[in-house]
Amino acid sequence: MSLLSVRDLTVKFAMRDDTVTALNQISFDLAKGERLGIVGESGAGKSITGFSLMNLISKPGFIDNGQILFDGEDVAQMSDKALRDMRGNRMAMIFQDPMVTLNPVLTIGQQMVETLRAHRKLSKAEAAQIAIVKLREVYIPSPEERMDQYPHELSGGMRQRIIIAMALLLDPQLIIADEPTTALDVTIQADIMELLLELCQSNKVGLILITHDLGVVSQMTERTLVMYAGRIIEAGKTREIINDPQHPYTQGLINALPQQTLPGQKLKQIPGTMPSLTAIPRGCPFSPRCQYAVENCRNTLPEVVQYAGIEVACHEVKRLHNDRLEQSA
Amino acid sequence: MSSLSTNTNRPSRLARILNSNMAYSFRRNPVAMVSMGVFLLIAIASIFAPLIAPFDPYDPANIDIMNSEFPPVWVDGAEAEFVFGTDDQGRDLWSTILYGTRLSLIIGLCAVGLQAFLGITIGLLAGYIGGRLDSLLMRLADIQLSFSTLMVAIIFLAITQAMFGSETFNQYAVYFLIAVIGIAEWPQYARTVRATVLAEKKKEYVDSARVLGFGPIRIMVRHILPNSLSPIFVISTVQVANAIISEASLSFLGLGMPPSQPSLGSLISSGFDYIFSGSWWITTIPGVVLIVLVLVINLLGDWMRDVLNPKLYKG
Repeated sequence: MSLLSVRDLTVKFAMRDDTVTALNQISFDLAKGERLGIVGESGAGKSITGFSLMNLISKPGFIDNGQILFDGEDVAQMSDKALRDMRGNRMAMIFQDPMVTLNPVLTIGQQMVETLRAHRKLSKAEAAQIAIVKLREVYIPSPEERMDQYPHELSGGMRQRIIIAMALLLDPQLIIADEPTTALDVTIQADIMELLLELCQSNKVGLILITHDLGVVSQMTERTLVMYAGRIIEAGKTREIINDPQHPYTQGLINALPQQTLPGQKLKQIPGTMPSLTAIPRGCPFSPRCQYAVENCRNTLPEVVQYAGIEVACHEVKRLHNDRLEQSA
Repeated sequence: MSSLSTNTNRPSRLARILNSNMAYSFRRNPVAMVSMGVFLLIAIASIFAPLIAPFDPYDPANIDIMNSEFPPVWVDGAEAEFVFGTDDQGRDLWSTILYGTRLSLIIGLCAVGLQAFLGITIGLLAGYIGGRLDSLLMRLADIQLSFSTLMVAIIFLAITQAMFGSETFNQYAVYFLIAVIGIAEWPQYARTVRATVLAEKKKEYVDSARVLGFGPIRIMVRHILPNSLSPIFVISTVQVANAIISEASLSFLGLGMPPSQPSLGSLISSGFDYIFSGSWWITTIPGVVLIVLVLVINLLGDWMRDVLNPKLYKG
C-alpha cells in the first residue's frame, strides 16, 4: 500500500469576482520510503502542492476537490486537532530559505525542545537529549553548544542542517522539501542534498522534493512529476524522464540546461512565459509555447496517456517520438 | 563531514547583555545615562520611602497642625527637621513626596500593566485571526480612542465616587485609578501589536511553526509575541509617563487619591490653594518632582525608540 495517494486534487483561490484554479486534478502516489521530485517553472503549482499535502493552504486558497490519502486517512477531511497532530510529527516540511524559517528570538535548543514536547510527553532534559542526537546526525559540530545559540549566530548551511534535524526530530514518514537549497551557495547545496538523501535512505523516510533544478532531481529521486500551469503533464521514473522525456515541455526544460549548450552559444530556452493562472489557454496549456503544436492541441485538453513507461499529457506524443527516432536513425 | 572545533567559552548571559548593541548605545548616550540615573534614584528612593522618610505622613500621630506651612530650609523661618518644609496640614513635605512618588509610580506601572495585558491580548487576536474579529476589535478601539482618557476617567471616577460614597472611594482609590487608566488606554497597545503581528505573521518562521504542528495560541504567544516586543517596549515607556500624568491630573481635579494619602497630583492640588499666600513650596516641589520623573521616562523612551528601530542601525 502506498504511503501517500493523491486523487484529483484541485485547489482554488477565491478572487474578488471568480475563482482561480491553482491545481487542477493532480493525482499521484508515493510508496513508503520513496523519493519523488516535483519540477516545473515558477508558478506551476509545485509549492501549492506541497502546502496542500499538509492542508496548509491559507486563505483565500482552498482545497476544492479531491483526496489526499496519507497512511489511509484523508488529509483534506481531517479536523484541526488531527492536522496539528500530523504536522511535524508524521509529515514534516523543509522550506527554501533557512535564514528566515527559524524563529529569530528563540535558541536552537528552545525550538527543538518545544517541537518535541508539542508532540510527545517528554521532560525538557529528555527532549534536549533527543535534539542533540538529531543534531549530531546532521553533522552539526559540537551540538551541545549550538543548543544555546540563536539562529543569527549560525551560517546558512548550518541553519539548513538544523532545519533538517528539526524535520527529522519526530521520525516522520514523509518529508516535503520545498526548494531546500535554492537560497544556499553551490558548494553547500551539494552537501545538504547528500545529507538529505543519506538521512532519507537510512531512516526509510519518504521524500517529496520540490525544485526547478533537474540535476538535483536526477540525483535525488526515483520518480518525477513535471508540472505546468497547475497540472501534471508528465510523470514517471526519473531516469526515463531525464533520458527520454516525452512531453515537449520537459524536453524544453532539459534542453535549456547550460550543459546542453556549447560555450559561446545562446542557451536554448523555451520561448514565452507560463500563462497566468487567470488566463490559461484553451486546449493544452503549453500549446502557445510549443513548437510542435497542431490545431488539435489548441482546442482540446490532452488526456494523460501511458507511453513508453511514462504518463504523459500530450496529443502528439506518438508522432513526436517517431520523429525523434527517425532523426537519430 | 568536518568536525570543526569551536571556541567552547561562550560568554555568560550577563557578559552578552553588557556587550549588546543596546548596552553599547546606552554607554554612548549621556542623555540616556543621566535619565536612567535620575529615574533609578527616584524609583529606589520611593521604593524605600518607609526607610528614608523621617516621618510617616499617613500616621496622624506624627502630624502636628502647628507645624504647618514651614518653608524649606534655605528660606528664612524654616525648621531644620523639615528639609523641604511642611504642607498645610503640618506634614513633612520630603516624606510626603517620597510616599506620593511611590503611589504615583505604582499606579502608573500597574495601569500600564493592565493596558498592556488588554491591548496585547486584543491586538494579537485581531492581527492573527483577522477577518471579522479584527474589524470588530479595531472598531471598538476606534470608539474607545474617540473618547479622551481624561473624559472617560472623570465620568467613571465621578460616578463611582457618588455610588460608593467618598469614604469607600478613598479607601479603594488606588484600584479605581489603575482600572480606569488601564482600560481607557488599551487601544494604543492593541493597534501597535496588531500592526506588528500583521507584519510578523507573513514571515516564514510562522509557516514553519504551523508545519511543525503548533496550535494558534502557541504560535501567537510563543512565536509572534516575542518578535513583536520592540514596539511594545517603546510605547510602554511613553505610556508609563502618560499614566503618571493622567493620575496626577485626576488627583489634581479631586477625583484621584485623597489628601490623607496623597500622590504627587493630590499634593500639588492641595498646595495650589496656598500658592498665592506665600507657601509656594507645597505645590512647586512636588511639581518639579513630577516633571523630572515624566521627563526622564520620556527621554528613556526616546532613546529606546532609536535603539530598537532596526532601520537606524542595520542598514
